Amino acid sequence: MRQFDYKRATDTDGAIQAHAGQAAAYLAGGTTLIDLVKLDVMQPERMVDVNRLALSNIEDADDGRLRIGATVRNTALAYDDRVKRDYTVLSEALLQGASRQLRNRATTAGNVMQRVRCSYFRDGISPCNKREPGTGCSAIEGVNREVFAVLGTSEHCIAVHPSDMCVAMAAIGATVEVQGPNGTREIAFGDFHKMPGNTPHIEHELAEDELITHVTLDAPIEDAGSTYVKLRDRSSYQFALASCAAIVALDGDVIREVRLALGGVGTKPWRCSQAEEQLVGAAANEENFAQAARLAMQDATPYKHNAYKIPLARKAITQALKDATARAGNGGSI
Amino acid sequence: MSNDIIGAAKPRIDGPDKLSGRARYAADHYPANLTYAYGVFSNIASGKIASIDVEKAKKQPGVIEIFHHDNFPKLHRSPSNFAQQNKVDEARLPFEDNNVYYGGQFVALVVADTFENARDAAHFVDVTYQESKPVTSLTAALKNGDPKQAKSSRHTRGDADSAFASAAHQVDVTYTTPVETHNPMEMHATTADWNNGNLTFYEASQGVVFAKNTIAAVFGINPARIDARAPYIGSGFGSKLWIWPHAVAATAASRELGRPVQLVVPRAQMFTTTGHRPATHQNLKLGADANGKLQAIVHDSVNSTSFVGNYVETCGSVTKSLYDCSNVRVTHATAQVNQGTPTSMRAPGAAPGLFALESAIDELAEKIGMDPLALRKANYTETDGSKSLPFSSIHLMECYEKGAKEFGWDKRTPEIGSMKNGTEILGWGMAACNWEALKRDCNARVALRADGTAFVSCATQDIGTGTYTIVAQTAADVLGLPLDKIHVELGDSAYPSGPLSGGSWASASALPAIHAAAKKAADQLKGYAVEEDAVFADAKTDDLSLADGKLSLKGGQSVDFVQILQKRKVAEAFGEAYTTGATGDEYSFRSFGAHFVEIGWDPGISRLRVNRVVSAIDCGQIVNTKTASNQVEGAIAMGIGMALFEQTEYDHRSGMPVNNNYAEYLVPTHADYPEDVNVLLLDYPDYKFNDLGIRGIGEIGITGMAAAVANAVYHATGKRVRDLPIRIEDLMSA
Repeated sequence: MRQFDYKRATDTDGAIQAHAGQAAAYLAGGTTLIDLVKLDVMQPERMVDVNRLALSNIEDADDGRLRIGATVRNTALAYDDRVKRDYTVLSEALLQGASRQLRNRATTAGNVMQRVRCSYFRDGISPCNKREPGTGCSAIEGVNREVFAVLGTSEHCIAVHPSDMCVAMAAIGATVEVQGPNGTREIAFGDFHKMPGNTPHIEHELAEDELITHVTLDAPIEDAGSTYVKLRDRSSYQFALASCAAIVALDGDVIREVRLALGGVGTKPWRCSQAEEQLVGAAANEENFAQAARLAMQDATPYKHNAYKIPLARKAITQALKDATARAGNGGSI
Repeated sequence: MSNDIIGAAKPRIDGPDKLSGRARYAADHYPANLTYAYGVFSNIASGKIASIDVEKAKKQPGVIEIFHHDNFPKLHRSPSNFAQQNKVDEARLPFEDNNVYYGGQFVALVVADTFENARDAAHFVDVTYQESKPVTSLTAALKNGDPKQAKSSRHTRGDADSAFASAAHQVDVTYTTPVETHNPMEMHATTADWNNGNLTFYEASQGVVFAKNTIAAVFGINPARIDARAPYIGSGFGSKLWIWPHAVAATAASRELGRPVQLVVPRAQMFTTTGHRPATHQNLKLGADANGKLQAIVHDSVNSTSFVGNYVETCGSVTKSLYDCSNVRVTHATAQVNQGTPTSMRAPGAAPGLFALESAIDELAEKIGMDPLALRKANYTETDGSKSLPFSSIHLMECYEKGAKEFGWDKRTPEIGSMKNGTEILGWGMAACNWEALKRDCNARVALRADGTAFVSCATQDIGTGTYTIVAQTAADVLGLPLDKIHVELGDSAYPSGPLSGGSWASASALPAIHAAAKKAADQLKGYAVEEDAVFADAKTDDLSLADGKLSLKGGQSVDFVQILQKRKVAEAFGEAYTTGATGDEYSFRSFGAHFVEIGWDPGISRLRVNRVVSAIDCGQIVNTKTASNQVEGAIAMGIGMALFEQTEYDHRSGMPVNNNYAEYLVPTHADYPEDVNVLLLDYPDYKFNDLGIRGIGEIGITGMAAAVANAVYHATGKRVRDLPIRIEDLMSA
């Protein structure tokens, strides 16, 4: 770990000011940032501590939406009564992420900003287009079984976006509220994270010095059932090999509305719009679920060690659709 | 031994100190003027250091000195001789020259006033390399040429090749196991403090006597000038048996600077420079007659080793004696790769070896159409065929039967995938476990003190296994004192010389010595008590007994033992004892057991979990049911890790480890540990082995466990996985 300058901000304006003109990083839970600084992968000259900002509340917003402050801890969000009731998928995703100790520290905005777990990115040595643009991607021909994607990859980067929370948010639909030197703006959640393409070092839509202040969830779908299915080698404390957030609302036996998003397989939280379109109006049965799963994974590109993720993700999708359907219409949890 | 304290389920007496933080580990010592060292580690796996530029690093805040191959003092290698109690696995000293033999090798050492400053400055040391193409795996090494045969561990009897060729049923298969890293929670750490040529050496060590002797040899000084201390270590699993480069580096830096130096090995380098279990390739040939009687066993194994040490993983060590078979050949060989040097990891040889042998036995059972347990029983023996000696005490048949009964093995239906529970397909598998019973020379001192307590000391260690507690139980049993009156001091080379905590031999070596020393202390007390003018003057010592803190005359009065010492105006009555590590040549000494495992495979979501384990273990007298069960339970968890998760992965181009942290190197979490684990301890004392009948229990539990899981997985899925770890993609149908 290298020396850095530390500023504790007390309001958002002060935080942005302290960040401006510096090789700075906002420090919230620190569960990614401190880790990467210790590994010398990130070398901020200044850390701006945003933990004292008044952004730790979960508030009801207009149109039935839910507004989550940037520094709401994962644990607090997972156990919030409104989240458990209206956004079961999000609570389940959070509680299957990391460990209790990490969830107690990790924040909502911090999790949106989580960096990849690619070992070649984290080792600080190997060629890595994300860490040092233009040096190449070591993972494509390297060990790429676990935290590597099959969707949204490019010849420049195949690292998975590792967050579970973001997968649930991608399914629910949300707006990221940000504040910068020139005021505030909103970014649709689905647009926030970027695929690597030719510029894997550009991971999101945030501009210089901008700070996430809130994530506002779309209103819950009436009478929907939802769940998060996370598949992995061990039962706890492992990033998803494949995961699926599913939200299903029924009209009789027919799917009225559906949301599907995948984790562990995409370079960003992966919304499956095509599969959703196919499912709307179809009968909620295993055959259609399996068909949707095939559709969701049809453009997947396997790499040396992660081809199994394609059938595994199909299983996660099918299971999540089954479980969400079983919960649909029973008291209206999303 | 009386029954109320020996064999009781006593909680660890060191528990409160560990829970409250009073227990101090190697890096919890802060001598005056302490400095902190941090390594610079090679980021190539093979080549030479072309240049090291330390100018910028030296200008960083707090930096005191930076060592590397150009300015590191000239030292000597350990003779690496077990009999001299002076051994290493990595023979090369740090900074001997500019060669790089593995990734994560020390190439420089920064010493600064704080840990943070040392770590910061390490980033500014500029090292350039001349890289050469590394050998990055055992497979690659074997392509480069024939492995080096390890002749000393070879065993042959009969004619295995012809017996195999003519056998009615044959299995000829190859198994592989990957590099595994010990990953103890406590990092390797050294706090070295020289004073006038004397060294106080706090080291995360499983053997303070070996540590003292090894450091003495490296620095060319009298071992008497070194006090090596490891009162507590956060486990080692074998990685802390010997001295590794960091300890030499820190100790040399301290001597050069004339200030104490502390060095903690970072987690990433715990994967490179402090040992690991090597990769193995093992070919098993089993031949049996129509009834399943084994006619031939051939077990040829090769393991990866480094370019700076030759470590042999003796995979066939159990194979040569577990079953009744007249035609056996067991061979071992090594091949060099650009990795740090391997070392013993819990049940070295036996853990990977029994994965192969006990998987192959099941494959043979399948070929013959026999129940796997019945096949093992058909080849049961009470004679060690490799030595032509009877086992001193064997209850393996009872392990099979008790374990099977407890597990419900008779309800197993043999067809693949025939047992189900909801969405899960259940698989039932079993395997034998086995470990050599070993013991070493040991000295101990026990004192009954005038303050009413007893003091026990021995230079062995408690590596988290419960040694403090069973030592106290042993002394309490002889002295008739409650456990809270027994003060136990371990892990200091200044105490009477004791054994390494390894090989499952610490209990069998130390407890007899402590028992004998306690008896001598009691005898000295009794001697004082019958002296002229003493309380029991004129009585015979044989008529005196010690219980509940009182010395009692048969049919007469009792007095507090403290009174005897006070009247004598002495601090203590003490005894010192030595017990031998020699075992004679009439018997073969081994421990036995059997694991029964249920796995659940949910094909709908490709989820594989271990549901249930029954393990029956025959390892002599049980001293503490709680700590003994805990050893087996921990070994079961580690065995599940070996079967399903553990593997240090290296990039095939660079040779650098890629999953060198706790998040990506998977070990079982609590959630992976089955709720239903039943450890059956048979508790038959082995008095042919030592006076207390103790054999040791640290390692046997992991042996056979991976095979039992693999056999269960086969029963559920029909997939015979011969390459560990078993991964979900091995079991998924397309």
